[in-house]
Amino acid sequence: MRDAVCKALVGLCVERKFAFFTGDLGFMALEPLRDAMGGMFINAGVAEQNMVSVAAGVASEGMQAWVYSIAPFVYARPLEQIRNDICSHGFDVKLVGNGGGYAYGSMGATHHAIEDYGLMLPLQGMRVFVPVFTEDVDAVVRKVSHTYGPAYLRLGRGEKPAGFAIPPYAPWRKVLDGGGPALLAVGPLCGGYIGPLLKLEEKSRPQLWALAELPLATSPPPDEFIARVEKGDALFVAEEHVIQGSAGQAVAYHLMNAGVRCRRFAHFHAAGYPSGLYGSQSFHRSESGIGPDSVIRKIADKMRTDG
Amino acid sequence: MGDVEFKSLLKKAKLRLLRMHYESKVGHIGGNLSSLDAILYLHLFAMKNDDLFVLSKGHSAGALYVALWMAGKLDEGDLEKFHRDGTRIAGHPTGGWHPGIRFSTGSLGHGLGLSAGAALARKIKAAPGKVFCLLSDGEWNEGSNWEALIFLAHQKLDNLTLLIDANGLQGFGGTSEVATLEPLAEKFRTFALDVREVDGHDHAALALALAAQATLPKVIIMRTVKGKGVSFMENRMEWHYLPMTEEQYKKAVEEVTAP
Repeated sequence: MRDAVCKALVGLCVERKFAFFTGDLGFMALEPLRDAMGGMFINAGVAEQNMVSVAAGVASEGMQAWVYSIAPFVYARPLEQIRNDICSHGFDVKLVGNGGGYAYGSMGATHHAIEDYGLMLPLQGMRVFVPVFTEDVDAVVRKVSHTYGPAYLRLGRGEKPAGFAIPPYAPWRKVLDGGGPALLAVGPLCGGYIGPLLKLEEKSRPQLWALAELPLATSPPPDEFIARVEKGDALFVAEEHVIQGSAGQAVAYHLMNAGVRCRRFAHFHAAGYPSGLYGSQSFHRSESGIGPDSVIRKIADKMRTDG
Repeated sequence: MGDVEFKSLLKKAKLRLLRMHYESKVGHIGGNLSSLDAILYLHLFAMKNDDLFVLSKGHSAGALYVALWMAGKLDEGDLEKFHRDGTRIAGHPTGGWHPGIRFSTGSLGHGLGLSAGAALARKIKAAPGKVFCLLSDGEWNEGSNWEALIFLAHQKLDNLTLLIDANGLQGFGGTSEVATLEPLAEKFRTFALDVREVDGHDHAALALALAAQATLPKVIIMRTVKGKGVSFMENRMEWHYLPMTEEQYKKAVEEVTAP
């Protein structure tokens, strides 16, 4: 998705003026943006705390600022700068974190981002965007740019099966119909579920939904989704994020507040590093039990045993 | 503006600052008194309409509020609510409601990056106005300040002036005891900055340093006295924290009022 963001921003910089900061990352990816933006593209060096403060200062002068790095370097290292310098003032700064979840795989735990939106969402005015498919990126970048205020954009790797027709971008989307229970997946993880679900009978397979925006206060679930949860008396949520601060928690809270009846609920989430071993993104997904086969099996078990 | 006139204004500001802290039973008076001269001079004489002041050492908020009051930009009613329920002027500045208080500061090591960003944006937009950032000396323990220094020097932000209130005391010891910073001026010079050292209570020296033309970002190290002007507070670390008793307040007023 990084290349798609670069392309979207190249288009955007023709339409509006903004500053773009990178924490010395983007080699063989952001060069087109650097060339298009000239002096508005600033390599702030390996100094993420300062980069975020500087971006806030730029925004205080009425200019939108984008900040880019590998995800944990953009939300974890400069957390206080995001809280105090950006969010306490509601400044128009957009944080772009590449490699959401376990996307950096064998690069190691320091490069993973499995608690990112859980840390961002409590901050004043912060909005989170998690594009599901690479095809979403242009619409997301435009929406982020035209929505004034702090935003965090979590990038992953698009996982849409070849030839699969995806619905146009929306914060909530029904990606795949099915007569079974609602399965809500956050971000790119959703794409990996499509292929295995397509192999199941439509009348009984889970109905797959994708969530791309948080918090739910600004992106509430649509009526169709709620109706599906009530009809199936079940909801399953999957995400590449730890349980605390997760979308699963937020959705459960939202539905409870709305009085939605849902007797069967399971949350499939990042479990950290249960074996102490490291590997690819799919290795960590598997260890967390959020890979497609594991999720489909657990949903079937839950529906059978709690049915 | 002569020495006598500035001293008269400073006395008025200092008395209002002492009363405000006494009535609100708030500490931090020592660092307010070390930086008040500079903050007052900037707001009354040095800064122009387009200029921006950033108080990175947010615990000197009282000095900023009083300087804005002296400049006619905060009213008496605001000062009377200092640090009380329903106030807009908290113990550390909360930004966004007043053009002279743009940023929320108080956690050290934030103001310089914010200032660099504002200065950078003005460079990009070719907008007028300078940015003045006041920092403490203990604040240079913060790594983020050194990140900001590398950045602003590299970007050649010559529309940015750093003022450092070097009173030699920090939270739990002297700056030389906690983490050796000196020679600060030498360190800053290695970053290709225009570095000057002045007596922070000599307004004429400060005026000269501020007015000097610079083609590099400017750093003015102001050698100051914590608790300046109140004998029992001067160079005493406890006045980073303590509120004044009635007796102490009266004694402080007596000393400041004395000719």
